[in-house]
Amino acid sequence: MMIVEVTGLRKAFGSTVVLDGIDLGVAEGSVFALLGPNGAGKTTTVRILTTLSRPDAGRVTIAGHDVVREPARVRGVISLTGQSAAVDDEQTGRENLVMIGRLMHLGRPGARRRAVELLERFDLVDAMDRRVKTYSGGMRRRLDLAMSLVATPRLIFLDEPTTGLDPASRTTMWEAIRELARTGTTIVLTTQYLEEADRLADRIMLIDGGKVAASGTADSLKAQVGGDRLDLGFDDDADLARAAGLYGGIGALADRHRLVLGIPSDGSAAHLHLVLDDLRAAGIPVARVTSHRPTLDDVFMTLTQAHRPDGRATTAAHATTTDADAITPLHAEGTLK
Amino acid sequence: MSSTDLPMAHGGIGNAVSDSLTMIGRSIRLTRRQVDTLFMSIILPLLMMALFVYVFGGAIDSGTEYINYVVPGIILLCTGYGASSTAMSVADDMNSGMIDRLRSMPIRSSAVLTGHVVASVTRNALSTSIVIGAAVAMGFRPNAGLTDWLLAIGLVLLYVLALSWLAAGLGAIAKSTESASTLSFFMLFIPYLSSAFVPTSTMPPVLRVVSEHQPITPIIETVRGLLTGTPIGDDGWIAPAWGAGLLVVSFTLAVRLFRRRTRR
Repeated sequence: MMIVEVTGLRKAFGSTVVLDGIDLGVAEGSVFALLGPNGAGKTTTVRILTTLSRPDAGRVTIAGHDVVREPARVRGVISLTGQSAAVDDEQTGRENLVMIGRLMHLGRPGARRRAVELLERFDLVDAMDRRVKTYSGGMRRRLDLAMSLVATPRLIFLDEPTTGLDPASRTTMWEAIRELARTGTTIVLTTQYLEEADRLADRIMLIDGGKVAASGTADSLKAQVGGDRLDLGFDDDADLARAAGLYGGIGALADRHRLVLGIPSDGSAAHLHLVLDDLRAAGIPVARVTSHRPTLDDVFMTLTQAHRPDGRATTAAHATTTDADAITPLHAEGTLK
Repeated sequence: MSSTDLPMAHGGIGNAVSDSLTMIGRSIRLTRRQVDTLFMSIILPLLMMALFVYVFGGAIDSGTEYINYVVPGIILLCTGYGASSTAMSVADDMNSGMIDRLRSMPIRSSAVLTGHVVASVTRNALSTSIVIGAAVAMGFRPNAGLTDWLLAIGLVLLYVLALSWLAAGLGAIAKSTESASTLSFFMLFIPYLSSAFVPTSTMPPVLRVVSEHQPITPIIETVRGLLTGTPIGDDGWIAPAWGAGLLVVSFTLAVRLFRRRTRR
């Protein structure tokens, strides 16, 4: 059963189009990740799905309830952990949780019991009677998440749950999210990190510029990019163009500034041999070879290219890379076909 | 339960009251712990009182012992400081993730305003009591009976409540804590343009018209009359009328501004 159903979602602020026709579905009990760079429309999507903002067009239902017409019913099903931790610094961790429990009408004893349960679960018992202002970033996020779970929601939204956390806190947070998923809670999270989506989500949707660039399981997305990337460096533009012609069909990305062609690879020595043999056979000299894990840039460029009609991505990419703006993160350009 | 029943926590007056009580508890706890704010809202009026009584008082002819004249004015000055910090607390919530959390929950999120307003009235009651205690120590000699005291306290509380709702409304639209502080600046300033510190008869004509027709002057004159026996006259009904009118307007305004800010 789909607990979240979104069709044709659009939203603009003034003349800035933020969401330009998003369709998505989230199965009950699954973990769904919205992956994309800053400004892709992730937070706006979450705000509409959590009834904080109205869509301009499109239909959004949560557990069968329309977010525009039945916001109160939707709020009874969901919980939100926003980007900025919604905790009171001057209250203790326990007081913050009891406050939410009281607002959810668990009664005073019920709210207290629930608070302690959650403090234990999120490893905050030692700090529960300290004011939150003394907490570390990771502890604040855990408390924030705990506050979202007081009423045992069926569906929880996590907007960039680990942004700004150190690696150890991030791992702890991931563990908490996985644990939550094991209990059957449906989770919709947003992230800028491919690795995070990969580790946590059953399904990933890549969005950019308010549009869906790709969606599927982590494996299916990675299969489209390949497990690893092989970067082939050339000494001149002509060599690069010829090599790109050779590999254009399989999701290769040419970067004219660095004279590098990135191609998907399985990371094996055999594949490297094959590529070098092919290039030698074609008479194209390769200057350098490096191999690396796919970055968000790689996935992104490959997938945006894959889902658009042939040629359009190339044209668009050309337009942004004709001058020396090679410092922008998404600098790789579409291959020639 | 039929499908049209709302199995939600937000229905019913009982729940609304319970949500408000929860948020009142929270705001009072936050107030108690923001020691510097609390300290300022008590120390500043005390300093002002000492300043007026010992520094300026000797030069001001109020027709009586100056401390007996100035205490009601200091009390109203306190309310301005109190309101200003209320506006800032509300703005804090509106500009942090807290308001989004509350709005995404099945509750009446405006309970957050009620919480801040009640905490504000409580804080003002406390600072007012301290000011009166200090004033007595400094030579303030009210000759009021119990009824007079109760009427004076009631009038001050009415005004504090009205001002607190106004502050909550300003806080609800402020884009930051700093701008809430700026927006509420006038609340600190209006007591000076009244009969709080000098009789209005000593002011130039234009200023005198302004100060005699703003709410603070009749309220101060009434409180002064009740506590020290000076003539009250028409101010006896003008003052509560101002208080009630301000309360209705500022409450309506606060609710509207809150809705506008949180409109989807």
